Amino acid sequence: MHVSGCANQGGIVPVIAPPPLPSEDKRWKIVNGTMRKNGFARHALIETLHTVQSSFGYLDDDSIRFVALSLHVPLSQAYGVATFYHYFTLKPPGKHTVTVCAGTACYIKGADKLIAAAEKRLCIKQGQTTPDGQVSLMVARCVGACSRAPVALCDGEVVGEVTQEQILEQLERWTAA
Amino acid sequence: MTIEELEQIAKNVKQENEKYDYEINVCMDLACASQGADKLKDALVKAAEAGAKKVLVRRTGCMGPCSHGPLVRVDPEERLYRRVNASHAEAIVKSLGGAPVPELQCDLDEHFDKQVRVVLENAGYIDPEKIDDYIARDGYKALLTVLTEMTPNGVVHRITESGLRGRGGGGYPTGLKWSTVAKAAGDVKYVVCNGDEGDPGAFMDRSVMEGDPHRVIEGMAIAAYAVGATKGFIYVRAEYPVAVSRLTTALREARRHALLGNNICNTPFNFDVEIRLGAGAFVCGEETALIASIEGRRGTPKPRPPYPASSGLWGKPTLINNVETYANIAPIVRNGGKWFFNMGSERSKGTKVFALTGKIANTGLVEVPMGIKLREIIEEIGGGVPAGHTFKAVQTGGPSGGCIPADMLDVGVSYDALLKMGSIMGSGGMIVMDDTSCMVNVARFFIEFCMTESCGKCIPCRAGTAQMFTLLTRICDGTGTMDDLALLEDLCSTVKETSLCGLGQTAPNPVLSTLKYFRNEYIEHIVHKLCPAGVCNMEAAVEVVA
Repeated sequence: MHVSGCANQGGIVPVIAPPPLPSEDKRWKIVNGTMRKNGFARHALIETLHTVQSSFGYLDDDSIRFVALSLHVPLSQAYGVATFYHYFTLKPPGKHTVTVCAGTACYIKGADKLIAAAEKRLCIKQGQTTPDGQVSLMVARCVGACSRAPVALCDGEVVGEVTQEQILEQLERWTAA
Repeated sequence: MTIEELEQIAKNVKQENEKYDYEINVCMDLACASQGADKLKDALVKAAEAGAKKVLVRRTGCMGPCSHGPLVRVDPEERLYRRVNASHAEAIVKSLGGAPVPELQCDLDEHFDKQVRVVLENAGYIDPEKIDDYIARDGYKALLTVLTEMTPNGVVHRITESGLRGRGGGGYPTGLKWSTVAKAAGDVKYVVCNGDEGDPGAFMDRSVMEGDPHRVIEGMAIAAYAVGATKGFIYVRAEYPVAVSRLTTALREARRHALLGNNICNTPFNFDVEIRLGAGAFVCGEETALIASIEGRRGTPKPRPPYPASSGLWGKPTLINNVETYANIAPIVRNGGKWFFNMGSERSKGTKVFALTGKIANTGLVEVPMGIKLREIIEEIGGGVPAGHTFKAVQTGGPSGGCIPADMLDVGVSYDALLKMGSIMGSGGMIVMDDTSCMVNVARFFIEFCMTESCGKCIPCRAGTAQMFTLLTRICDGTGTMDDLALLEDLCSTVKETSLCGLGQTAPNPVLSTLKYFRNEYIEHIVHKLCPAGVCNMEAAVEVVA
C-alpha cells in the first residue's frame, strides 16, 4: 500500500495515494491539479467537479468515481453532490447551447413564451439536447442581467431584450450548419 | 504596506490622472457589455489617440441606469451619454471642451438626485482590475487605520454604533453578530462572504463584486481583524464568471501589495481569502447550507442553534455576512459610526442598493437612503411604468418576499415596514409589475422556484411547496375550486411555521401577500374562469365547462 502523509483539514492524516488517471487525456491532469492545489482535501469535492465540468463539459460515472476515489469521499456522497447542485450536468451538452434566463425579471417580460417557442422549434423539452447533438436548450435561474430582461445566452454570449424571432433565427443558423 | 506607502500610491495615481485633460469612463458591466461596450471602448481609445487632447479612456463597473446603456461619462464635466456605440467614438472625442453630443445626451437628473451612494461610491469611477484606482479613492485606508490605530473591540464598537444591519435580507444587527464571533472561544475562526446571489431578479452583489471587488476584500479583512480570524472565504455563484475572475485578480493584487498575507502593515495580523464556487443551489444562501457547501457537501441546512457564530465552518466560530454588508464596512470605519447612523430611518440605518427591474423606464442599480418612499424609487428614480400601462405591484425580497400593491407605495423602505406589509427587504431585488402581470401566476412562479430549490431535508418545505404548486397550477388552469383556495391558505401557514430553514419559512410569502392584496384575482380565476391580466391559459377549464 502506498501510504503518505498529507495535510488534510483537521491535521496530518495518513492518505492512500490517489488512483491513476483514467486515461491519457490531458484534461485529467487539470482535474488532478485542482485536487493537488487543495491538498486532496475532501472539501475540494465541489471545486474539483467544477474543474471536471469545465474541462469535459459534463460529469460522467468515470469522472465522479475518479474524483471520489482521489479525495477519499464515498461514491454516494460524490454522486449526491453532483446531482444536488443544478449547475452540474450528467449529460454531455450539444455542440451549441441556448440558455433562456427564467429569473423573475425575465419571467415578467415573457421568458416562458421564449422557452415554449424554442421547445417547439427544436422538438425537445428544456434541459434536453436535440437527438443529433447540435443544440441544447437550457433554462437558467438568473444570470444577473435583469435590467435587460428578457435575456438569453447563445453559446455563453448574453443577448438582452431578446425576441422570439432572434432566438428562432439563431436556432435556424445552428441547425442549418 | 504602510499608510504612507498607500498615500504615495494614491498621490501617484492622481498625478498620473492630472496629465490628462479629460477622462472618458465606459461602463462595461454585463448589461452594457452585452451591447458592445468593449468595441466602443476600443473605438474611443483609437479616436482619443488620433485626437490632439490628452484623454484617458477607462473601463468601469456599473454606472446604474442600465436600460440606457451602453453608458459613457465624460469627466471633469460629468457628462453622461446614453445608447453609445462604437460609431459615436469620434464625435465624443471631438466634442471634448465644446458642446456635448446632442443625440447622446442623457438627462437623468431625477434618477440620480435622490440617490445616496455609499456602497456604489466607486461604481463608474474606477477600473475594477486596478488596485491603484481603488487606493486613489481612499481604498484600504480603513483597513490600515484599523490595524494601526484601533483595537478589535473598538472596530466592533464602531460597527455596532453605526446601526448597520445585515444586507442579505434578514437584517440581523451586524455589530451584534461581530461581537458574538469575537467573544466566541477558539483560536481558529473564519469570516465568510455570502456572494451566492441566488435571488432571481437581483444583481446588486454581482455588480459590487465585479465593479469594486477590493471593497469586499477590505470589508472582510476589517471583519477578520475585529473577530480574530485569519482566513476568509468568498462564496460566489458559478453563474457569475466575471465576478469570479475580478475577485481572483483583486485577491492577487492585494497579496502583491501586502494587503493580504502575513504581518499586514507590519502588524501581527495575518489574513488571506479563498474563493469558493457555488453550483446553482438557492438554498446555499442560507448560512448553514452555505457552510456545508464550502465544506464540499450537499447544501442542506442544519437546525440552529448552534449558530455559525459559535460553531460554523469545520465546527469553528464563523462570521457570515453578505457582499453588500462587507461593502459598507470601509466607509463606516473611515467616516465613523455616527455618520452612518445619521442616514436612514429610525431602525434601518444607512443606504440600500436595489436592482430595479421589470416594467419600469429606468432599470438598473440604485442606491437610496433607508426610509425613502417606494413611490419615490419607482416613479422618480425609476421613471415609472412605461406609458400605456398602469402600475400593479412591486415585488421585493425575491422568492422569500411579497408583492406590494399601489396603495402602499407611500410607505418608507425599511426592514420593519416591508415585513409589516407581508414582504421582506431581501437582498435588494425590486421588480415592478404592471397590468399585464397576473398575480396568481406570479405566485405560482415563485412557488415553482421554491419547490425546485427546496433541498428536500424537511417535509413541510419539500412536500408543502409541491402541493402548493399543484393547487396554484389548478387555479391558473381555471380548474381550481374555492376548497383549493382554503387548502392553499392552510398549507401556507403549515409550511411557514414548521419548515427548518428560511427557504421554507418564507416560501409562502409570495402567495400570502398576493392573497392579501389581490384576492379578487384568485376569485376571478376560480369562479369566473377568467384571468384579468390575460396571462393564464384557461382552455382546460373551458373544455370542462363545454
